Amino acid sequence: MADTAIASTFHLDNGMQVVVIPDHRAPVVTHMVWYKNGSADDPEGKSGIAHFLEHLMFKGTKKHAKGKFSNLVSELGGQENAFTSYDYTAYFQKIAKEHLETMMSFEADRMTNLVLSDEDVIPERDVVLEERRMRTDSDPASQLSESLSATLYVNHPYGLPIIGWQHEIATLDRQDALNYYARFYTPENAILVVAGDITEPEVKRLASATYGQIAARGEAPKRTRKVEPPIPAARRVELADPKVEQPSFQRYWLVPSHVSAADSEPYALELLAQILGGGGASRLFRALVQDQELATNAGSWYMGDAVDLTRFAVYALPREGVELKTLEKATEAVIAKLIDDLSERELNRAKTQLIADTVYARDSQATLARMYGSTLAVGGAVKDVESWPARIDAVTLADVTAVAKKRLLPRIAVTGYLLKEEAA
Amino acid sequence: MNQLKTDAGVQASTGSRIQRVVSPMGIEAWLIEEYAVPLIAMEMSFEGGAAQDPAGKAGLANFLSGMLDEGAGPYDAIAFQEALDEHAIQLRFGESKDAIGGSLKTLIRHQDKAFELLRHALTAPHFEQNAVDRVRSQILGGIKRGANDPNSRSSKAWMARAFAGHAYATPDEGLADDIATVTADDLRGLHKRLMARSHLKISVVGAISAEVLARELDAIFGGLPAKAELAAIPAVNPAGLGELQIIDLDIPQSTFRFGMQGLLRKDDDFVAASVMNHILGGGSFTSRIFQEVREKRGLAYSVSSSLYPFAHAGLFFGGTATKNERAKEALDVIRDEIVKMASDGPTEEELDKAKRYLIGSYALRFDTSTKIANHLTAMQVDELGIDYTDKRNSLFEAVTLEDTKRVAKRLLFPGQMLVTVAGRPVGL
Repeated sequence: MADTAIASTFHLDNGMQVVVIPDHRAPVVTHMVWYKNGSADDPEGKSGIAHFLEHLMFKGTKKHAKGKFSNLVSELGGQENAFTSYDYTAYFQKIAKEHLETMMSFEADRMTNLVLSDEDVIPERDVVLEERRMRTDSDPASQLSESLSATLYVNHPYGLPIIGWQHEIATLDRQDALNYYARFYTPENAILVVAGDITEPEVKRLASATYGQIAARGEAPKRTRKVEPPIPAARRVELADPKVEQPSFQRYWLVPSHVSAADSEPYALELLAQILGGGGASRLFRALVQDQELATNAGSWYMGDAVDLTRFAVYALPREGVELKTLEKATEAVIAKLIDDLSERELNRAKTQLIADTVYARDSQATLARMYGSTLAVGGAVKDVESWPARIDAVTLADVTAVAKKRLLPRIAVTGYLLKEEAA
Repeated sequence: MNQLKTDAGVQASTGSRIQRVVSPMGIEAWLIEEYAVPLIAMEMSFEGGAAQDPAGKAGLANFLSGMLDEGAGPYDAIAFQEALDEHAIQLRFGESKDAIGGSLKTLIRHQDKAFELLRHALTAPHFEQNAVDRVRSQILGGIKRGANDPNSRSSKAWMARAFAGHAYATPDEGLADDIATVTADDLRGLHKRLMARSHLKISVVGAISAEVLARELDAIFGGLPAKAELAAIPAVNPAGLGELQIIDLDIPQSTFRFGMQGLLRKDDDFVAASVMNHILGGGSFTSRIFQEVREKRGLAYSVSSSLYPFAHAGLFFGGTATKNERAKEALDVIRDEIVKMASDGPTEEELDKAKRYLIGSYALRFDTSTKIANHLTAMQVDELGIDYTDKRNSLFEAVTLEDTKRVAKRLLFPGQMLVTVAGRPVGL
């Protein structure tokens, strides 16, 4: 056990950070490169460029023709993909360990040598527009979530969808992608995470021979984001569509993230989300689904891994015939009651679950690599991942009730209703 | 060639480590002992899922799978959930057309409690009326959420047409009218019929010895009835081939499902068909359909085809979604690729690359204890043999160009696809 999931980190001479997470159960490695830029770093009027570029990174480079990297990964039996979030973009392959250097060499190559032509860019933009049609434009529930975020954030770019607004995606071109690429795809802005059957000296040698050959740019690009002001108003968003058969109620609040908070409030928020709405024994589920029989499902979530002020949400789906207003009132009552009578037993149950999740994570290379990568990409450190269980364990009952009382106020919440539009 | 050596190494680290554990009562489980992480993953499958739903009770097996953790043994629904949470035990039940499945994951320090809770859920679920009504409302809510979801609509329409008159025609979650009539006695009846030792497959991966597991198997599963009472399900071939059905939905995209007769898992051509399908539409970035539909034309974000070997029917089945204005173009491109594959088959180079991927990726697919246990269970259900992990890659290696051409001709009849489209497709 001692050799599992103890990560180490170092920097290459060009400023690229490297994290190594040994897991010797099978001769396999997960190789990831994280860039510390996501949709919240899209230039104004260019929403979706981070995600669009992620797609375009699978086109060719000066050294390797289009498709060569993906075909090679496939021939070697590997798996690959990429994803874009608000604060980061990441690329990964899972492959037999002897191919790690090859993966590094291709991934390092596309950090600097990307070549884009209109023949590649234009059809790929259509692919992204189809992706948006599939994920958002054909689904009223997704459209409401998009509207809720756009309403919660009046100034900060977390209010923009990761995939971008349709009309802006439609204008993104080759030059936009190349400009963005030149700004952010640099060694100082990248983090290499290797999990698997490998040691730190091996990774150091291979990474130096590949990523280490990329010239430093001098300094990492700065994230320049507008700051979200405190909005002293409750806001309500309603989306009514004839396609909605199952209405829903959601409420969002602006809360500190692990990175933006100076204190341990985020750990209390993690526990609050678990106690309030994490599963079948949670407060919301018990009250709304089991005891009062108002809802078919209810829960809450907290997006703690973020650079700036982030989201805490509660949601409930009404049973047939129950008004959303009734659910809203019942949800407020559940939060008020929790502040009043939270028990040590509930807190301990939530701690046990969150801490156990870190043990379960050790069963999956990919999960471990993502835990470290996402923490570092938003500005955390390796020690933040490793001290996480202890920080969770240190949260007191008073911490949780205090954060609920301070943050989950109806008068500054953004409330969303998804409704069926009845035929006129 | 370098790579083939690795494959052999990975196989040796899993295949030869599978132990057949048989309890004193004769309950069998396949086990891989793995002590690197202090947890145990157990996966189980009871033959007979949604296809066993009685007439007029479509969705009963799914309903049953949702009731097992809603109060069992000495625990009421809330106490059961709290006991799981307090020990960070993950216990889930689900169903497919052909089976009810269970999945347990626990830290070893809570294994006694985990096995106890699993035993109660399997052998002594309560089916209390208020829990039945609560789960019913959740199922009805799920049916409503899917009511205008284009993927759900298109798939359901496809299955309803292809298997009209057969148990496979109705969606696993059932029909709202039927769900409304389900009683606690219906659930008890199906529980007694399906959840028995005779058609049960169990796999375990994790920090537990064969000796301890053998003992625990009797404690957990020993209280189940010895013999399941399964209704005979007739073999069925998809109908409606050559038809196109449009489901009008006011959305900007057309969501397609297309398919035709496929193969059962035990068919001698199944491995060759898997390789052929990988080249045609199974392998993401590399497949012909993906290249033509997405890479060259930007018609869709997602497009693929698969083989679905149900217990009593085999399907070749695929899907995509493209904007309404280009719906006809997308379908034409997919049809063209199927025509080409049927007439000419793959090239030697494509075959070689596909085999390399399918062989090299086999071991990489199983990167968590749960995924490994799941695969061991599938090996038992499909009767592939305990040595399958050792011989599997040589089965793929043996597939020839002739095999793939023959199987393409045997399966692919582009004029005989059943196609469903949800949206407002133009030109179809």
